[in-house]
This record gives sequence, structure tokens and C-alpha cells, in this order.
Amino acid sequence: MRLASKHVLGLQEMGERDIETVLAVAVAMKERLRRGEKKTAELKGRVLVTLFYEPSTRTRTSFELAGKYLGADVVNITVAASSVQKGETLKDTARTLAAMGTDAVAMRHPLSGSAAYLARLLECTVINAGDGMHEHPTQGLLDLFTIREKKGRLAGLRVAIVGDITHSRVARSNIWGLTKLGAEVTVAGPATLLPPDIAKTGVHCCTDVDTALDGADVVNVLRLQLERQQKGLIPTLAEYTALYGIDEARLALAKPDALVLHPGPMNRGIEIAAAVADGKQAAINEQVTNGVAVRMALLKLLLGGGE
Amino acid sequence: MDIILRGGRVIDPGRNLDIVGDIWVHDDRVAAVGPDLSRADAEIIDVAGKVVVPGLIDMHVHLREPGYEYKEDIRSGTRAAARGGFTAVACMPNTNPVLDSGILIAAVRDRAAQTGIVRVYPIGAITKGSQGQELAELAGMRQAGAVAFSDDGMPVLNAEVMRCALEYAAMFAVPVIQHCEEKSLVGEIGINRGYIATVLGLRGMPAAAEEVMVARDCILAGMTGGHVHIAHVSTAGAVEIVRQAKAKGVKVTAEAAPHHFTLTEAAVDGYNTNAKVNPPLRTAADVAAVRAGLRDGTIDAIATDHAPHAADEKEAEFVLAPSGISGLETAVPLVITELVETGVLTLNEAIGKMTVAPARILGIPGGSLQPGAAADITVIDPAAAEVVNPADFASRGRNTPFAGRELRGMPVLTMVSGTVVMRDRRIVGQ
Repeated sequence: MRLASKHVLGLQEMGERDIETVLAVAVAMKERLRRGEKKTAELKGRVLVTLFYEPSTRTRTSFELAGKYLGADVVNITVAASSVQKGETLKDTARTLAAMGTDAVAMRHPLSGSAAYLARLLECTVINAGDGMHEHPTQGLLDLFTIREKKGRLAGLRVAIVGDITHSRVARSNIWGLTKLGAEVTVAGPATLLPPDIAKTGVHCCTDVDTALDGADVVNVLRLQLERQQKGLIPTLAEYTALYGIDEARLALAKPDALVLHPGPMNRGIEIAAAVADGKQAAINEQVTNGVAVRMALLKLLLGGGE
Repeated sequence: MDIILRGGRVIDPGRNLDIVGDIWVHDDRVAAVGPDLSRADAEIIDVAGKVVVPGLIDMHVHLREPGYEYKEDIRSGTRAAARGGFTAVACMPNTNPVLDSGILIAAVRDRAAQTGIVRVYPIGAITKGSQGQELAELAGMRQAGAVAFSDDGMPVLNAEVMRCALEYAAMFAVPVIQHCEEKSLVGEIGINRGYIATVLGLRGMPAAAEEVMVARDCILAGMTGGHVHIAHVSTAGAVEIVRQAKAKGVKVTAEAAPHHFTLTEAAVDGYNTNAKVNPPLRTAADVAAVRAGLRDGTIDAIATDHAPHAADEKEAEFVLAPSGISGLETAVPLVITELVETGVLTLNEAIGKMTVAPARILGIPGGSLQPGAAADITVIDPAAAEVVNPADFASRGRNTPFAGRELRGMPVLTMVSGTVVMRDRRIVGQ
């Protein structure tokens, strides 16, 4: 099995078939992890570079473990340790990596479009591990995986995505992935954090979180970057929490068995109440496990022998 | 030395002349325009089937010299102008150093006299270093030959500074040219705030960022009696504000760039840095409004905002790539293809917006084929089609979103002061 696309740059451009393929292989990977089969030689001799221009714990570690579990060699480059701080351009860094015989690069970068730019520069596979406000496709895939695992399906589900939609790459990847697989998506947040024309992506859009939550099967709570308040997009964190924070009372508007997701790291008590984050409807830790399975699936499909 | 351009369609918009006939050039002057001119020993250039117009004037270009010669210099920029059919350009002062003093204006003019092949009219900075704080020496620059003042690319954000600039510049009867952009409303430059930006994960520049400043500056022009010229109008709202201000008698003029009457924000999709331009490409409704503004005269002039950049600067992450389009060599065919062939403007009107209109706005000679005028002449072959190939550009800047696009109406001859500087799409001489 192979994917139609050599790179994973975003779920907007990833075909439905490829998404389904990844999710299917991820099921097998998760089963393998559950059985404790953490080391295979499938990707022996393959080199994965994680290139992170932003701090990240879970995504970077997840890629690293996924690669190592499959037997690949994994090299981690972070901004602090690389020559980026000396002013080397992404172009030069990319060419250096290519010259070293890298098979795949998973990159996190603060600028939208940087993953597509890297893919144009490199012969090898590029996996977008989050580019600015654009996309975070592996997060999108693991969210799809988690929802399907818990709910048994995606088509017809009502999913509310709550928070700072404007600056969220997670929201964009969720929107494309969920709508492609037939879910009904509503995004909700303060008007200052909703991007223009977002409804044209095929979602409902509202500023009233209660409307978005009403009857929802899934609530995906986005992290609020605290700097949004400093930039004047919201008056205070307290007011944000009052209007958009997901607490137990608000969650009760959703279906009784509604699933709560959060891409992490959480601001407990701001966008999500501790009782919800630690409650039985939350699948937030499960998301992390699933992230490894999904990334293993991706790496196998992108770098494997193609059997 | 005598040259006769034989048998072309001669259009001189300043006096509504549109005839088939000849132009006799004697030395550096137009000697006569009319049917069947002849002169012993004259070089005859057959221009039958072609359009002969006053030398085109581009009132908004970036020649990058001094300081950014790797992008363009006066030599390459004026060659690009000649190849594009322009006999005169007004160059913006955002060089390094910024052209904010008389001696720098004089230096650019000297350099143009040495290395340029078309006329170069420098525009001086409004404020020292284009920092928007203190007025630069406008009188000194005017005396040295500045034809207008602008902090292009660095809009004058402070309303009081702009008021003073308009009042002060009015003493010399020259316009203050504003690149209208209320910076506080801008997420990222170079892309319109809207659906494409949303999908690409960019906040973009809303139409309002341009319109707020257009409105403010029209009000300030009305208050001071100064002349404000709005550079590269790109939004429907800006067109309407200028229209209303003109109706009230405000001394406001405006220009539009070919990319803004041709392309929409869709050209930026996929992070196309060659379509990154400031102000950004807008919506189809904005394109239609710019065309309507050109048609009803709200927009006086067509100017390219020629902004050459090096290839490796544009080959970068979208946010890091500089804004701008190398526009001199695609302007004429875009005007013919997008405005004349579509019926937005008559050929006469279109040529007027590239000749007599910019000459009047800047108060410079040119834009006329009147006998006695300098023999600055452009010949356009309206039927000639060409696929845009940036590798053919005389400009160092190959940054264009029009590569591969077939356009009609190519300039085939450019004459400056009676000297042919471009013929058959090639620069004449070394």
C-alpha cells in the first residue's frame, strides 16, 4: 500500500483515499502498540529528520517514537541546536539535509506555507508537523482516528471546534479532514478569532458556543495562545473563559456521550475546565497514543517498501 | 537627422487626434504629423497597421539604485522601460539611502543621464528616511528636480505629518503620492484578507486598510488644498472614495496597476510569491470596480508599480518574500488585452492614461505628439501576440505572475528624443 501523494502537507490537498488508507493502517499500528510490539525493522536504514523551528513536546516526540518503533534512524534538529539561529535560510538547511541522504523530513515551522516551500526544495518526503496557522495534518489525522475509534464512524457526526479558529492550524486540518469524511462541522469562537469566509470551507460558523455545542457528538477544544489577549483580540482571559471555556455545564449541552478532544498543551481553567479535561468524556491522553500510531502508519506508507 | 514613421494609426490623446498618417521627426523633435509627409534623406520606418502614440510615461516604478542594484539599477530599469514601450519613468525614493535630499535627487538624475536610456524623473521622500516623522527637505528636492513626493511602501501613518506634507508640497504645486495602507489593520502584507488567506493560514490585508487611508488623505487634501495622488488603487471602496472626493472638488488623482485590473487573489493560492504584491491582489468585484474607475475617469492614470526583486528573494517562504511585480515589460499588452480588447477603454482613452494623464499629474513635459514636442514616441503592434517569458525581460527582476500568459499588443518601437532605443522588441545599441 502506498499513498498517492509523496508529501503530507495538509489535509486540504490529501485525497480521501489516502486519508482512509492512513487511518486503516493506523488501526493495525495501534493494535501492535497495544500488544507491546514496539520494535520492527520495517524502516531499517531509512532516515527521518524532525526539524522543529518551534518548541514542541508531543508532536516531535511522537514522530521520533513512530520512526524508532519502525526501525528507522531518527535525527532531531531543533532551532536552538541548529544553524538556523546563525541566519541560515530554510533553503540552505533543506539542501544540507538533502545532501546527507535524508529520506523524510517532518518539519514544524512558524510560517504558513513553509512545508509546501520545503517540499518544493527537497527530493525527499516532507511531512508537515505544523506550519504557522496553515495546517497540522498529522494532528488532523489523529483526531479523525480518535473520533472514529471512539464513535465507530465519522460520517454524519456533529463536531464542534471551539476557540481561536483564526490562528489555528489544528482547526484547519480538522475542517478539511472531517468534512471530507462526512462529518458536520461547526466552528465557534469570538468574532475576533474567526477568520473571514471560513464558512466557505463547508462548515457552520458561529460566535455562540452554546449553539455549536448543542447536540454535538464531538467537542474539539483549541488551545488559546495567551498572547491573543495581549494583542487585544479578547479583553481578558476571564471573559474568554466565561464565554467560551468548556466546563461541565456547557458540555452538558452536547450529547451525553460527546467526546472531548484537545490538541494540547492545555490551559486548564481557561479554554477547558479541569473537570472536563480529566473527565470520562475526554480522550486527550488517548489522542497522544493515537498520534504515535497514526505517524507510524504515515511513515510506513511513505517510506516503506510498498508491499 | 530626419525619420519618418510611415502609415501608422497616430493617436495623440491630449488633443483627441486619431488619424492614419505619418510622423516626421527632425533631430530630437516632432516636426509634423499628417498624411503623406516626405523629406529627402529621411529614414523611413514603416509602421503601417501599428499604433503610434506619444512616448508612454510610467509614473510609478522602482529602479532600486542606489542600494539595491542586485534587484535592478537605472541602466537595467530604463532598458526594461524601453522594452515595455515607456519613454519616461518616475522612480520611487525607497532606495538605500532613501532619496530624501536634493543631492540624492541630483545624483539619481546624473546617473540616469549617464546610464539610462529613457527619461527618469525622481520622486523624493516625504519624510526624512521615509520614517514618517519629520518632513524631508521638499523644497531642496524640488529644486533638484523631484517631480512629486512619496514615502511609497512606508505610508505616512501620522495624519498631522501628512497634513503638513500636503500643505508644504502645495507651495511647489507638486503632488504627494500616498501608498495607502493603515498598517495597524494589516495581518500580513501581500495577500488580501479573505477566503484564500484564510485557507492558507494568513490574516492578510483587508480592503479597509487601504480605504481608511484613502479616505483620510482625501479629507486632508480637501482641508489643505494640497494635491494627493493615490498610488495603485486596488479596492472597490477606494475607487468609490476617490470618486466622491473628486465630485466634491478635492484635488485628488489616482492610478491603477495592470495586475490590479487583471488578477484576483486566486493568483496567490499555493503561496505564489510572484503574485505577492502590496497592495495585494483583491477580489473579482474589486477588479471590476478598478476597471469601472478607469472607465469613468475616477482613476486617471495607469502605472506599473514596477518592483523588481532577485529570484532568490522571491523563492522563499511566502511571508518572508518581498512584495512586488516586475511590471514594465507586461504593462502595454495587459492594457491592450485586458482593457482595450474587452471594451473597458478605447485605445485613445487607454493611451491617455499612460501619457497625457501622468504628465499632467506630475507637471512634466511629454505625453504629446504636438509639432515642436520632444520626439518621445512609442509604436505598438496591436495584433502582435507574445507569451510572457521572464527570461526575455530586460529588467533584472523576473518576478511576474504573468509568465506563460499570452498577451496581445506588444510595443515594437520606443523613441526617446528622436533616438530609437527599442525596435522589434530588442534594445537598440549596447
